[in-house]
Amino acid sequence: MNTAKIPLWRDDRFWKIVFQILAVIVVIAIADFFLFNLRLNMARRGSIFSFDFLSSQASFDIGEALISYRSSDAYGKAFLVGLFNSLKVMIVGMILTTGLGIAAGIARFSNNWLIRQIVTLYVDLFRNTPILLQLLFWYFAVFTNLPKVEDRMLIFGSLYISNRGIAMPWIGNSTVAWLSLLGLVGLAIAAFLAWQQRTKIIVEQGASGQNLLFVLLGVGATALVLLVFGLQWTFPVIDDQGATNGGLRLTAEYCSVLLGLVFYTGAFVSEIVRSGIQSVAKGQWEAAKALGLNSGLLMRLVIFPQALRVMIPPLTSEYLNLCKNSSLAIVIAYPDVYAVSSTILNQTGRAIEVVLMIMATYLIINLLISIFMNLLNSSVQIKER
Amino acid sequence: MTNQSVLPESPPSVTTDVVAWVKKNLFDGWFNSLLTVGIGFALIKFLLSFGEWVTTKARWDVIPANLPLFMVGRFPASQYWRAWLIAALLVSVGGLTWGMLTLSKEVEGNHQIGFSRNTLIGIGILAFAIVLLPLPTPNKAMILGILSLALGGCFLGRLGVRKIPIIGGVVAGAWVVSLILVLWLLAGGFGLETVGTDLWNGLLLTIFMALISIGLSFPLGMIFALGRQSSLPIVKFFSVTYIEFFRGLPLVGILFAAQVMLPLILPGDWRIDRVVRAIAGLTIFTSAYLAEAIRGGLQSIPKGQIEAASALGLNTPLSLYLIVMPQALRAVIPAMMNLFLSLFKDTSLLAVVGLVELTGISRNILANPNFLGRFAEVYLFVATIYLICCSAMSQASKQLEANLGVGKR
Repeated sequence: MNTAKIPLWRDDRFWKIVFQILAVIVVIAIADFFLFNLRLNMARRGSIFSFDFLSSQASFDIGEALISYRSSDAYGKAFLVGLFNSLKVMIVGMILTTGLGIAAGIARFSNNWLIRQIVTLYVDLFRNTPILLQLLFWYFAVFTNLPKVEDRMLIFGSLYISNRGIAMPWIGNSTVAWLSLLGLVGLAIAAFLAWQQRTKIIVEQGASGQNLLFVLLGVGATALVLLVFGLQWTFPVIDDQGATNGGLRLTAEYCSVLLGLVFYTGAFVSEIVRSGIQSVAKGQWEAAKALGLNSGLLMRLVIFPQALRVMIPPLTSEYLNLCKNSSLAIVIAYPDVYAVSSTILNQTGRAIEVVLMIMATYLIINLLISIFMNLLNSSVQIKER
Repeated sequence: MTNQSVLPESPPSVTTDVVAWVKKNLFDGWFNSLLTVGIGFALIKFLLSFGEWVTTKARWDVIPANLPLFMVGRFPASQYWRAWLIAALLVSVGGLTWGMLTLSKEVEGNHQIGFSRNTLIGIGILAFAIVLLPLPTPNKAMILGILSLALGGCFLGRLGVRKIPIIGGVVAGAWVVSLILVLWLLAGGFGLETVGTDLWNGLLLTIFMALISIGLSFPLGMIFALGRQSSLPIVKFFSVTYIEFFRGLPLVGILFAAQVMLPLILPGDWRIDRVVRAIAGLTIFTSAYLAEAIRGGLQSIPKGQIEAASALGLNTPLSLYLIVMPQALRAVIPAMMNLFLSLFKDTSLLAVVGLVELTGISRNILANPNFLGRFAEVYLFVATIYLICCSAMSQASKQLEANLGVGKR
């Protein structure tokens, strides 16, 4: 047996350990350098690292808030207001982006030449210009040029559009309305279960499933009644002073941020949807057509479920981008978490603490979305045995 | 026995009839017809009112009056030749690179000029538009000259692939040298008049920031990509932390943090310029994304390559340098191009932290009392500049992807 020792400097394992020790030393040295200077600079400025300032009075106003807020409230509460405003943009934005992106992505495969061209133009225009410029454009070039509140535009008799924003009918804020909403959710679940049961009966027993069809019709009728009367819709009304009451009022800032983010991200999502659909083998299309499925069923039953597997990972990163880009709302003075935080920083001068809070907020939001999308991803993947 | 041929019936000839095309693509069934009519009506109405606005209501005088501001901002007028020189330099090196990349050795003789027909048409239209635009004649001549430099550089690049075996190294060196030259031309010193960074504005700053940031983030991105793929647990941990941390933050937050934190975490007597802080922020952000792009390239390399390298007795650094990296980087070129495209768009966020690049300067111009309320005109103009640059880059990236045969070999 050959027991000749490998010299140390030719031993791969030795170098691996040395290299890692070196990496640790370099990282520690850099971190130490930064922390040393930080301590020195903070001492020179006479500031101490602490989050105490969060409980002192904010004394600045925030244009719109989901929770009640006055300028006499604490900085911590102001931060919370900003966080809720951010979440409002992110959640509504993600829902609308999904809808727009899927619609635009599928429209790329339309038989209609005009639609295909328009969607292609939309995607090229919105993907190739900066999101910041688009936000500025929506706010300063679109919303400020809309008519004043006095001569607002009226669409479908109930949707008001003016340079102050959009007012639209919305469900009333009463117990009955909330109960009806709950009822609608319950009915939707019931309808879904009944639909699945009916499909199962049709497939397994070859029966018509007529009884369940009647159940579905009943559910539909109840839902319609609840939708029209139960939700107690309130309509925006403009009084003599020109103030809008009732309905849901969205400010021009919120609408601009939302529209900017949705149109920008929607263009990227539509490309993801398009490539997802293109990734489905051609034989699948042909087989589905041979089975006599019409184009709607073909998309819904055959193509889309398979495309979804390819789509979800890149879709996740687009959602994350949307959330991160929502921080640009600061340029049009929408008080999101980043805008509020930078006001807090300007007032208190607490650079380290505020920057840490901003970072933590976005990292946590990103983490939550990633976890949720990974769960969704694992649920649509092929179940292999 | 009949003499009749049993040739299969030839397929029906493709009708190139206009009526048939319209029927198939626009009026195929009642639903499609309805859609076509509805959308067509809305589109015509929109185009008419937009056309009316462009020709009558919009006051475009804000654009020609501020054109130098958009391009180079407050860069001293006596030093404009430096900006022209920068443009010429970058365009020539860009042309050289393009010529090299689009001519792979295997398909030699394949379209000699290096530009597809559509690209040439695009360049032609651009040249024609420049001739028509109301610009001073010397400027027109300059722009046309720079365009021809792009073509010339491309030709040289193609020549180089055939004559010089180490063309890749030459081009990389040309980039480094030209970036240093650009920095010198911008900042001055060494015989040139010094120009403070507060005077670096407009499109010039946009392009400079994008180039310098991608250039600086390249080595960082490579280190973190290798670190993430590495089998050394500690190195891998550091790399993953860095990449995921900075990918989870919004760019504007990173830029903001760079502006306020860098003076705090560096020695107090280091005066760091605003532009340098912004470059640091952009580089940190981009290197995290670049690392992921390069990791994609590293993963595309079959394991056999690495095994073959170690069978030949190459140690890890050598096998990375000679075997893995050349292949990985080649596969990553289109992804890097896309990254550069989004970086180019993202430089607009510098306006938020107080740098006066293209978007920032348009906000400054709009704050001028002479041009109040011209939001739509200015933003449409600026958007067109971004659109032209980004569309050109995305077309280029598509063609590169096809030429390099990514995923086919």
